[in-house]
Amino acid sequence: MATPTIGYVSTQELPALPPPDAGRGAVAWLRTNLFATPLNSALTIAVGLLLAWALPPIINWLFFDAIWDGDSREACLVEGAGACWAFVKAKFGQFIYGRYPLDQRWRVDLVFIMLVVGLVPLAMPKVPYKKQNAILMLVVFPFVAYVLLYGGFGLPVVETALWGGLLVTLVVAIVGIVASLPLGILLALGRQSKLPVIKTASVVFIEFWRGVPLITVLFMSSVMLPLFLPPGTNFDKLLRALVGVALFSSAYMAEVIRGGLQAIPKGQYEGAAAVGLGYWQSMRLIILPQALKIVIPGIVNTFIGLFKDTSLVLIIGIFDLLGIVQLNFTDPNWASPVTPATGFVFAAFVFWIFCFGMSRYSLYMERRLETGHKRR
Amino acid sequence: MTSVDSSELKSVEARKLKISDEIAIELIGVNKWYGEFHVLRDVNLTVRRGERIVICGPSGSGKSTMIRCINRLEEHQKGQIIVDGNELTSDLKKIDEVRREVGMVFQHFNLFPHLTILENCTLAPIWVRKMPKKDAEEIAMTYLKRVRIPEQANKYPGQLSGGQQQRVAIARSLCMNPKIMLFDEPTSALDPEMVKEVLDTMISLAEEGMTMLCVTHEMGFARQVANRVIFMDRGQIVEQNEPDAFFSNPQHERTKLFLSQILH
Ligand SMILES: Nc1ncnc2c1ncn2[C@@H]1O[C@H](COP(=O)(O)OP(=O)(O)OP(=O)(O)O)[C@@H](O)[C@H]1O
Ligand SMILES: [Mg+2]
Repeated sequence: MATPTIGYVSTQELPALPPPDAGRGAVAWLRTNLFATPLNSALTIAVGLLLAWALPPIINWLFFDAIWDGDSREACLVEGAGACWAFVKAKFGQFIYGRYPLDQRWRVDLVFIMLVVGLVPLAMPKVPYKKQNAILMLVVFPFVAYVLLYGGFGLPVVETALWGGLLVTLVVAIVGIVASLPLGILLALGRQSKLPVIKTASVVFIEFWRGVPLITVLFMSSVMLPLFLPPGTNFDKLLRALVGVALFSSAYMAEVIRGGLQAIPKGQYEGAAAVGLGYWQSMRLIILPQALKIVIPGIVNTFIGLFKDTSLVLIIGIFDLLGIVQLNFTDPNWASPVTPATGFVFAAFVFWIFCFGMSRYSLYMERRLETGHKRR
Repeated sequence: MTSVDSSELKSVEARKLKISDEIAIELIGVNKWYGEFHVLRDVNLTVRRGERIVICGPSGSGKSTMIRCINRLEEHQKGQIIVDGNELTSDLKKIDEVRREVGMVFQHFNLFPHLTILENCTLAPIWVRKMPKKDAEEIAMTYLKRVRIPEQANKYPGQLSGGQQQRVAIARSLCMNPKIMLFDEPTSALDPEMVKEVLDTMISLAEEGMTMLCVTHEMGFARQVANRVIFMDRGQIVEQNEPDAFFSNPQHERTKLFLSQILH
């Protein structure tokens, strides 16, 4: 029998070694991420060329050739002019507040500040007093904001017809978001109810609102609703739009949440029942927290859709951010070939900031709520 | 040798001593259908306080259905079920009352995955019994110690082994201080090496005089703990007897067939 030349059993403990060089350094990074295979290399080069071709003109238009200052269209009529930021600068107040009276705009600012100050600690999981904070934002803030924005308690009334711009966009979007979530939850639970009356009512409601385009809803709310109301009652136009948007999005929300409810195994309902929890308790403590977590992407998707759909209020004569930007294209003092493009880029950017913010925050929450379980 | 004998003696003695005359659960002529399918056919059963009953029978014989009727996870359509003096009807108040007094342990644990172990245990005492959080946590920790996993209190169910999860499920039920415990195949989803830790927990529970109904095919457990073994087949209770007599001298053909299949 030949003596074995390979040792199968280690005779000593081997020291820990650093990983081989291939995994580190800029060159290695390039190799693994951009040039891993011939196909990857080709794609990298193609995309690089595309960017090199497209980016410089865009950057030039946005920044280097852009007109930053000026008080009228003359400034932007230059040959080869880029974006007309002077236009945005001059109209900025309108874009934010609409036709809200100049000397009252501090009220809007105050509401914006209160919103941020209230929302930021609510959004940060580490900050304590969540319950009090939530009550403040859901009960006290809406009331204070209403008084500040509309008037009363000694403040002069500012008719909603004067509201506009980002103010209207945010009011419609936030009211829609805040109303649609609880309404959607109730509708989703209603649709699963064993009581035929509740179930049918929920199904009819959801299918009606989902089947109608938002534009139709808004039109009907402004043209048809007054026909049914007793003459003389004057329903605020913005309020009608708010109700329409809230009901519309709650139907969508209900279906998103129903998807989550269906993903919860029967054992969770039984576990909750077996320890003695009643229907509302088991929904609130066991089922909904899990169901809502599953559908965070869908919920945020609906929020984002809603945020952007606020622009549709334009068709009933309410000027949201996009509406007011477009309205200002017709100002003869600022008409120039680059004005519309500049306005649209600005509006798009503002919308994008808000939607991107929501999207990132939802990803963050999803990761935070992960408890490392596989459901059984 | 002697120690084995004495422990056996103890459990035999427990069998005789702790059963009272008081009736804990009574099923009278219970019938249930799933659509056209007759699952429970005229089931009659009386359980006295302190009894430990093991229910066995072939798959699909209605064992789960029967014990799930006892806390009304399933509804029966004919007959009477009386638990702790409350008859189960569609009266929601009565149902809640029964569920407060009856704990249940499931085959797949059914722990709440979004809550920590401690929160799983304190949830029902806090919301159903309206217990202050501090007290509920204290009680939960005592029971977690009893099932020997106090150190896992702040983990989530998904981070525990199957055996540990099932012990948490038992602790969760015990936190409600139930008078009756129902077990539906508590060990059959577990790897063999985890079965013992769960059975040990159940044995110690039995030794304290808990009224237990247990669907299981762990015949060693039945011999050691049960004072009665019930055999179900096709929705009926076919045979019931003390464990020794049940295993050594089954009366019915179906029982004999079933036992020959599971004992070897
Ligand atoms: N929700 C249901 N709908 C229709 N049939 C059902 C339902 N649940 C159970 N059954 C049927 O009722 C019968 C009894 O089921 P049950 O779960 O009580 O059996 P079991 O004795 O517990 O069986 P196992 O040992 O497999 O758990 C089975 O034939 C099953 O298919
Ligand atoms: Mg079963």
